[in-house]
Amino acid sequence: MASDTVSHEHGHDHDHGHDHGHDDHHELGWWRKYVFSTDHKTIGIQYGLTGLCFLFFGFMLMLVMRWQLAHPGVPVPHIGGFLQWLFGSSAFESTPDGVPGVLSQTGYNSFGAMHGTIMVFFGIVPIAFASFGNFVVPLQIGAPDMTFPRINMASYWFFFVSCVIMLVSFLVPGGAAKSGWTSYPPLAGVSDTAFHPFFNGQTLWLVGMIFNITASLLGSVNFIATIIQLRAPGMTWMRLPFFVWAQFVTAFLLLLAFPPLEAAGVMQTMDRAFGTSFFMPTGLIVNGQIAHWSGGGSPILWQHLFWFLAHPEVYVLILPGIGMVAEVIACNTRKPLYGYKAMVGAIFVLGFLSFVVWAHHMYMTGMGAKVSGFFQTTTIMISVPSVILVTALMLSLWGGSIRFTPPMLFAATFLPMFGIGGLTGIPLAFNAVDLYLHDTYYIIGHFHYVVAPGTIFAIFAGIYHWYPKATGRMLNNFLAHVHFWGSLVFINCIFMPMFLQGMHGVHRRWWDGGGKFLPDGTQQLTYHVAGPVLHWNGFMSNAAFWLALFQLPFILNFFWSMFAGKKVESDNPWHATTVEWDTPTPPGHGNFTKPITVYRGPYEYSVPGADKDYTPQTEPPNPDKPATAPAHLAATPAHAH
Amino acid sequence: MSDHPTPSTAAESHDHGHSHEDIARHVKGYFMVGGALLVCTGLTVALSYVDFDKYIGGHNWNFIVAMILAAFKAGLVAAIFMHLKQEKMTIWKFLLFTAFFCLGLFLLTLLHWVDPISGTTRSHHF
Amino acid sequence: MQIPYEVSARPDTGLYNAKLGIWLFLASEVMLFGGLFSAYVFLRVGADDGYWPHGLLNVPVGTFNTAVLIISSVTVVLAWASLKMRQWFRYKCYMGITIALGILFLVIKLGYEWPQKYVHFGAFIKKDKWSQYEEYLGNKRLAEKGLEPRPEITGHLHEVEINVADADKGELDKVLKRGDFKIAKEEEEGKVLTVEVHSPGAAEDLTKVPGAILNPEEKDPSKWQRKEPGVKIEAFEVQLDEINANPDSPENDRPHFVPRSLSDKVISIKADDVSSWSAFVPKHSSYFAVYFTITGLHGLHVLAGVIVFCYFFFFGEKLYRKNPEHMANRVEVGGLFWHFVDLVWIFVFPIFYLL
Repeated sequence: MASDTVSHEHGHDHDHGHDHGHDDHHELGWWRKYVFSTDHKTIGIQYGLTGLCFLFFGFMLMLVMRWQLAHPGVPVPHIGGFLQWLFGSSAFESTPDGVPGVLSQTGYNSFGAMHGTIMVFFGIVPIAFASFGNFVVPLQIGAPDMTFPRINMASYWFFFVSCVIMLVSFLVPGGAAKSGWTSYPPLAGVSDTAFHPFFNGQTLWLVGMIFNITASLLGSVNFIATIIQLRAPGMTWMRLPFFVWAQFVTAFLLLLAFPPLEAAGVMQTMDRAFGTSFFMPTGLIVNGQIAHWSGGGSPILWQHLFWFLAHPEVYVLILPGIGMVAEVIACNTRKPLYGYKAMVGAIFVLGFLSFVVWAHHMYMTGMGAKVSGFFQTTTIMISVPSVILVTALMLSLWGGSIRFTPPMLFAATFLPMFGIGGLTGIPLAFNAVDLYLHDTYYIIGHFHYVVAPGTIFAIFAGIYHWYPKATGRMLNNFLAHVHFWGSLVFINCIFMPMFLQGMHGVHRRWWDGGGKFLPDGTQQLTYHVAGPVLHWNGFMSNAAFWLALFQLPFILNFFWSMFAGKKVESDNPWHATTVEWDTPTPPGHGNFTKPITVYRGPYEYSVPGADKDYTPQTEPPNPDKPATAPAHLAATPAHAH
Repeated sequence: MSDHPTPSTAAESHDHGHSHEDIARHVKGYFMVGGALLVCTGLTVALSYVDFDKYIGGHNWNFIVAMILAAFKAGLVAAIFMHLKQEKMTIWKFLLFTAFFCLGLFLLTLLHWVDPISGTTRSHHF
Repeated sequence: MQIPYEVSARPDTGLYNAKLGIWLFLASEVMLFGGLFSAYVFLRVGADDGYWPHGLLNVPVGTFNTAVLIISSVTVVLAWASLKMRQWFRYKCYMGITIALGILFLVIKLGYEWPQKYVHFGAFIKKDKWSQYEEYLGNKRLAEKGLEPRPEITGHLHEVEINVADADKGELDKVLKRGDFKIAKEEEEGKVLTVEVHSPGAAEDLTKVPGAILNPEEKDPSKWQRKEPGVKIEAFEVQLDEINANPDSPENDRPHFVPRSLSDKVISIKADDVSSWSAFVPKHSSYFAVYFTITGLHGLHVLAGVIVFCYFFFFGEKLYRKNPEHMANRVEVGGLFWHFVDLVWIFVFPIFYLL
């Protein structure tokens, strides 16, 4: 029925290919077409560009922090004065000689908190979930658009408002939030209120998050409804590309896990703006005085509500990445995914279990041995579906005729990198080990391996893979290789030493990397344990700057190829099987120019006896005979509207 | 989420369920459910002033009675007013997941009070 | 371009898009209110004995409001049924009643119940001072009967005694000249004032008067240093609630259906004996914090529902003439949201008003 609609609308457009012409609609104005657009592809690109900007911004925050860790007390070279002017004197201070641009302790806390927030909620989720989900999912299931295009637009603009609020929070007196990306009370409950009761970093963080969460909720309702309702005829559940499954499960995680954090965000805002004590314990002492609020709250309540979101959020970060990697691997090995059904099952189990593991982030809170025991068990259990996914992807490589295209390089690298991230997480699942490693660089290394060379590499794979569909031009191959090899080497140089440092007990919140804190003799034991590995700080920071340098080819490539890249020779440059490659390039409003009917599974590569090594999902079983879908689907009467 | 949807029957039953006579018959039911809800509200208020613990012994009986009544009322609203009784499997499936996770959020956070590490918390009960 | 299944159901799922969408949205709403309710349970279970107040809300009004919401739920489902039977006039009647009931609910909540709370005063007595206020708390008897202690004295705040020796005189005069303060008594050469206040909030305004400037020679106001605190409250003069006037009466052991009126007894509470005091506003206690957060959020949902229904009421006719089924679907979806709001209230009412 979807296809009937499309054929009706686009019946006369066949010859024009991909223009936006409509028989009965006037052309949309520039604002409606590119800014306040309801087209899922435009919204996807909007999400993607915004997300990439924030990814870059979050990376820059980290570079300033890494400079501070390697060279504590030394002004940031060249741009130190500018940074101090921009972020104000609370985040940066001058050296005793008056040279501006030293990241202050407050500034370090603030940048650290915002690096985490921005990377997770404003970088990766918007790109991996919202951007790729918006652009690719409707195309892959053969839908003309998302189910609720206007809500989709509202979702992006809610997100945009949250972005503005987060950026503004850097500029208010006192600077941006500085209680960590987790915003643990009671610290987060009392910080910053001295500057302004409302326009201060932490409150703006909360308001920004509430907007961000609202955007995510609107988005995820849309994704689920689209996948359930708008699949093209013949696109049965087990014919969905794995990426769609990943997005489906991710959308459910966002839908059900985010609201408790929204509730918690409202409560912390109440704590800060109206003096309530949701998270404030009785008898709390602030600045040497007993705080004047009623008390009776519990900081642990915040941690429960926060991690109820934030653990599923980990899977929100990784599942779309795994989905993209699966698409790219299947396409570039020219063979079907190994164990597609097992992967679908695993991803559901993963999604389900991810709701009952959250308190493994809270072993240190003294919440009790029964709770810890429960969550330790579930955490071990969740490693099983994760391993099934990675193993299936690994086995998919076996016996394939692999094409090492840029997306494949990133996708193939994703597997060992995510593997390192995942396996280093297993010790942390155990209560006893976690008590020692908690809040050390070991943790930082562990989750960065999951999201940085993991998800972000998957995002790069996705960008290189679908860029030709979005723009009609290929990305430059040479620049892509430079980008890949540089990124691979230096990202490992950053994160691998973190495991070593962490096991020596280097704490993640030492604003000077331990340099000034340790040698003064007051922390003798810590010094003897952690001291010998502190020199790695310099190495890691240098690697971070090299990593930044190797992103330049990508940025250059991204914009240059938009106008001057090699034009694609066909609508399906990678010879892929999935439905999105059946659209014109780039796809017009309404996506498909011909009725879409799906006849086969998503990964029919190298089918024995076929005349080419890929069989698109839309190709009828035998081209010599008239097209037939499975009877019960093809014969559905078209009473859609 | 079946692989083998049966479109024709689903479509028919949908239209069938909402014919004019059916609706007219439902209307009477809606009034009755509304009345039942009002009665239950009165009952909830009245029973909350009975000290069940004194008569039955134990703790929190008032809480349990009130929650049973509230769950019954909520069930009526969901089943009849929100048509959940005739609703499709798809919706039931994710609502069951939602209920499960919601319950998990309640009970697992409460585990904290069952087994606090001594000295970290205060005395507690309802 | 038309999105499929906007009006009719997709055959294999049996759903039209908006119905699936609203149910997904409601699932997330379940988790949102679930988060808040779990906070309620967590805080209540963890509360110290006696620190979870009972019987502070007006039960008859709450019951009435519950009935209002339930009836509005009936009328909205009837409005949908009328559309299904293509009876436009009946639809308008039922929808009109629904909107009116929604507004009535909000008016009662925001116009009557909440404002009553803003003027009620409560002061938690420090635990080591309970014995001094035994005749108002009655804790000895409560302990003997195995009941929870009563840490709080409530009532209406009439006057506060304030020490203004360190206050910035200009700022203090500015605040005192406002209409809601009247100086009843001046002692110690004007350093100790007894001020009539109309609400605890007004008393709080007094405490916000800044202290005198220590370095007046400084030109830049942002560099002024001030004495802390400017105004210190010495004592509260409170007209007691019935429960504190007769704390040993068994009548007061359990809450009453009709809220009990104020007593005639007026007492003075030393500020030093109080651990925290405020009106019955969110910062009063965890109880009121959750109460205001949940009912506030619930009220926002009611407001949203009323706005959507107003749209259906005033602008629905064009769509109805064009495609009555589409209009019926919209009302069904709006109704689902409205029922959910009702459903939340069904839980809110007992846990805050009755238990």
